[in-house]
Amino acid sequence: MDFQLTADQRALRDGTRELLAGRFDRDRLRAAVDAPALDRGLWRELADAGFFALRLPEEDGGVGLGLPEAVLVFEEAGRALLPGPLVAGQLLAGAMDGVATGERIVALCDGAADPVLWEHPADCDALIFLDGDAPAHAARAHRSAPADVARAPFASVDPLTPLARVTGPACTVPQPGLDVPRLRREAALLTAAQQLGSAARTVETAVAHARQRTQFGAPIGSFQAVKHLCAGMLVRAELARAAVYAAAVTEDALDVVGAKLLADEAAVRNARDCLQVHGGMGFTWEADVHLHLKRAWLRAERWGGAREAEERLADALVR
Amino acid sequence: MDLACTEEEEAFRARLRSWLAEVLPELPPPPAATDWPGRRARDAAWQRMLHDAGYAGLHWPADAGGQGATPTQHLIFLEETERAGAPYVGANFVGLLHAGPTIAAEGTAAQRARWLPPILRGEEIWCQGFSEPDAGSDLAALRTRAVRDGDDYVVTGSKIWTSHAEVADWCELLVRTDPEAPRHRGISWLAMPMDAPGVTVRPLRTLAGSAEFAELFLDEVRIPVGNRVGAEDDGWRVTMVTLSFERGTAFVGEVVACRRLLAELARTARADGRWDDPVLRRRLGRLNAEFAALWRLTQWNVSEAQGSGGVPGAGGSVFKLRYSHARQELYDAAAEVLGGRALDADHPWVADRLSALAYTIAAGTSQIQRNIVAERILGLPKGR
Ligand SMILES: Cc1cc2nc3c(=O)[nH]c(=O)nc-3n(C[C@H](O)[C@H](O)[C@H](O)COP(=O)(O)OP(=O)(O)OC[C@H]3O[C@@H](n4cnc5c(N)ncnc54)[C@H](O)[C@@H]3O)c2cc1C
Repeated sequence: MDFQLTADQRALRDGTRELLAGRFDRDRLRAAVDAPALDRGLWRELADAGFFALRLPEEDGGVGLGLPEAVLVFEEAGRALLPGPLVAGQLLAGAMDGVATGERIVALCDGAADPVLWEHPADCDALIFLDGDAPAHAARAHRSAPADVARAPFASVDPLTPLARVTGPACTVPQPGLDVPRLRREAALLTAAQQLGSAARTVETAVAHARQRTQFGAPIGSFQAVKHLCAGMLVRAELARAAVYAAAVTEDALDVVGAKLLADEAAVRNARDCLQVHGGMGFTWEADVHLHLKRAWLRAERWGGAREAEERLADALVR
Repeated sequence: MDLACTEEEEAFRARLRSWLAEVLPELPPPPAATDWPGRRARDAAWQRMLHDAGYAGLHWPADAGGQGATPTQHLIFLEETERAGAPYVGANFVGLLHAGPTIAAEGTAAQRARWLPPILRGEEIWCQGFSEPDAGSDLAALRTRAVRDGDDYVVTGSKIWTSHAEVADWCELLVRTDPEAPRHRGISWLAMPMDAPGVTVRPLRTLAGSAEFAELFLDEVRIPVGNRVGAEDDGWRVTMVTLSFERGTAFVGEVVACRRLLAELARTARADGRWDDPVLRRRLGRLNAEFAALWRLTQWNVSEAQGSGGVPGAGGSVFKLRYSHARQELYDAAAEVLGGRALDADHPWVADRLSALAYTIAAGTSQIQRNIVAERILGLPKGR
């Protein structure tokens, strides 16, 4: 058992972090908040770096890596608050032309969610809709052109993720060849990985602020009340990390459900504690803390929320 | 990043599993919680069985009489013994998990030869005399004095919350050898025979009603200088070695036990018709994720220690913090499943619920663990 990152995995993580720091730094993050249309240039650059084709076989122009590597890359995306239908890009890269190369942007819509939400409706070239009411094994995927989808406006709580509510059946063309239960499972895991990245980032942000901000003539990080908030944040992030990485290795459905539950908790609660450590500054639009919190809320509702996860985990105890 | 065991490790697991199936039925049933001599006898018998089968001191280095197993094998051992319902270390806790490893790491050849084999054979029980009435979290405030007189130290003072003191043969004792030195400098680590003249053990009743620990009164107890492990006044450093072992893997097997109890709670709730309550169901569902993740975190920590020479790192504090609280939540959930029966102190879940209250205090309180995480892992400035 060697449940640690390999040298290659560490290099992949560091390389992704560097890439995102270079192409999606704080200025670009704040520019995206002001104008949330997706940056297609950036999307192509991500594709060129292998972001979407990561798991495609090398003979198909992919990188030939696995789910653990995808999780590491998505953790970095979560740290950087990278916007866009990233999960859809990663999961549909082999199934639709132009997705792996970043030429086409597709969204993935979970018909089982309530309300049924569609991320970045103005930026997508296609929408893949997963049947909601069908039992898991009979679930099907459909493809729609964005113009054909009946929708209502939806004011997204997350300034970086514009949303629309899908109001009608979005099943213009069946999209065969997709393993829907697997798509759902991997979408949940990659979403959890982003939550993990966000949770880890907010610990660092809180700690950095606590070291530098002084009150009563001392750094606030020397006050135990602040210290203990930070320690609690690290514990949440590390527990989530162990669960998310293990689920990436086992690919077990229940492991994924548990990992998502804990990663959601870590991202949401860490963002709140980070805000608390920032005091009044944390409540301003200028601080990035609220962006982490809002995105964490959004992701926590995607691909299975807490209620559904807890029910499934409870059911597993008596089966 | 993998969770697979090597063929060798799987072979070890299979061998251990069949050995457990064969020998466990021969072990006498556990005595009553208050029967200390009975508990000691059973824990000693179990240790002897482990010893004779070549499983004693699995994670100890081979030159200390151990098996030199990898941390993964140790994990497998804890997992399998817990699954099979084998006894945990019990009265051997201190000897096997910290006094022994400390002597192995810091003792002389003669000290290792004297103390290690009887621990491994289950013949001698150790207790931990660290805390004092005015030195708990602030351990370095300890005042028990040791004054040199010829070849002996003459020790006077008192210790408190000494687990298993009533049945122990030896005590790992922290004493102040230099009262003038800065707090952390004047401390020494001694092995004290519990039958030495001047040692009085007064059992302390815990909130669970049993006498799990005791007070020690030391009145001019003579302890040979040769019983000192490590240099004089260097006991604090030796103590840090001890504590890293204590927090390392000591709780691992119990995560497996928690998962078993959780499944039992769910089955009981379903049989009692309580399963229709979505609040209870969701609570147990969340605990399921929690303990599964704690197990993964253990695997992460253990495999990290394996990569860095077997020394458990500060990750132990991260684990201990979450585990101790999760365990208390588990027993709160058990009380909910029990309803009014949760008032019956004889019910095993109720007795365990009371014992679990110690988890956030013993081996360093949650507040102290948070200080450790904040200062040693996150690098926040020292407290005020
Ligand atoms: C079941 C059990 C078994 C034990 N077995 C042993 C044993 O075998 N040998 C042994 O030597 N000891 C043993 N102990 C003692 C144990 O290590 C101490 O109880 C523990 O370290 C806490 O010390 P204390 O009880 O003096 O509490 P205190 O240190 O008085 O703490 C009281 C409260 O104040 C908080 N506090 C204290 N200092 C700080 C700080 N700096 N910052 C924030 N909060 C703080 C604590 O977190 C706690 O909430 C045992 C304890 C228990 C409960």
